Amino acid sequence: MTLDQTQIWIVIAGMAFGTFFIRWSFLGLLGDRELPQWALRHLRYTAVAILPGLIAPLILWPSGTGGEPDPARLLAAVAAFGMGMWRKSALWAIFSGLITLYAVQYLLG
Amino acid sequence: MTSEQTISKSAFWEGYRDCAPFILVAAPFGLMFGVAASELGLSLIQTMTMTVLVIAGAAQFTALILIEEHAPTLIILATALAVNLRMAMYSAALVPYLGKARGRTKLLLAYFNVDQTFGVASVRLPLETQWTVAQRSAYFIGGGLAITPFWIFSTYLGAAFGAAIPPEFSLDFAMPICFIAIIAPALRTLPHVLAAATSVFAALALSWIPFSLGLLIAAAIAMVVGAQAELWLERRKS
Repeated sequence: MTLDQTQIWIVIAGMAFGTFFIRWSFLGLLGDRELPQWALRHLRYTAVAILPGLIAPLILWPSGTGGEPDPARLLAAVAAFGMGMWRKSALWAIFSGLITLYAVQYLLG
Repeated sequence: MTSEQTISKSAFWEGYRDCAPFILVAAPFGLMFGVAASELGLSLIQTMTMTVLVIAGAAQFTALILIEEHAPTLIILATALAVNLRMAMYSAALVPYLGKARGRTKLLLAYFNVDQTFGVASVRLPLETQWTVAQRSAYFIGGGLAITPFWIFSTYLGAAFGAAIPPEFSLDFAMPICFIAIIAPALRTLPHVLAAATSVFAALALSWIPFSLGLLIAAAIAMVVGAQAELWLERRKS
């Protein structure tokens, strides 16, 4: 796939400045101003509101199989999710996901 | 060396030690990001520039997915930065402890204000009531210097050698697994679970909207669901 090089560099620069500004915002600029309760209440959910919706299509219709649902990838996702939630650990999620992926692929040939 | 420098030095190493276990979490994500970026076709210099300047795995993966989907630049930036908005909350929470640091020091503190350093510091700093601002800063920067070099180096390994991994290893799926690894442990409360479920269903239902804009709308709905669920639980308790 050919990528638009200009777009990639703009994305990198924009993310670098934007992310740094977010991290610096209150510490460097806004100081001791309290964030209002309603803002905090929504900010708490930014990551869990975006990331699941972003990956759901990648799990259901993975690019590696040309968009066909794949039992190994589905089971790997379930295993990673289950272990991640149960152990509250990212490492457990990654390892159980990868092990399930390779085990099911091996068993199904 | 003055005595104050000695004290700051020991706070630095305490920060380093407290954050060191999280190298184990950061390194696999860095590795996977490097692999995913090189699979997508980013050059080594692009991958490394992003990883050094952004140091935020979830947002970096988000950008990769949206670049692959040919989303417009503005949508990619808006979505990736929305993923990082939680760090504004970190920044605000650090003000009582680090707000009095010097301007230049604060630039460094902001650079290192990532999930792990903040998580560790937000537990330790409130306990150390005797620490000076210099010690608190040293502690925070120590944590950042524990994790960041490994994050950068593991990204490099993934980007430089990921292409040599054969397709049988299904590395296209490394990215979804990484995301699951970020999301699953974060589902601590019912509102988090409801927000995540809303995100999935709304994103799938709105995927017909062009320019990957459906995801941002789904995310806004999911945030409101999370916040409202939290309010509802609070009211029920009281």
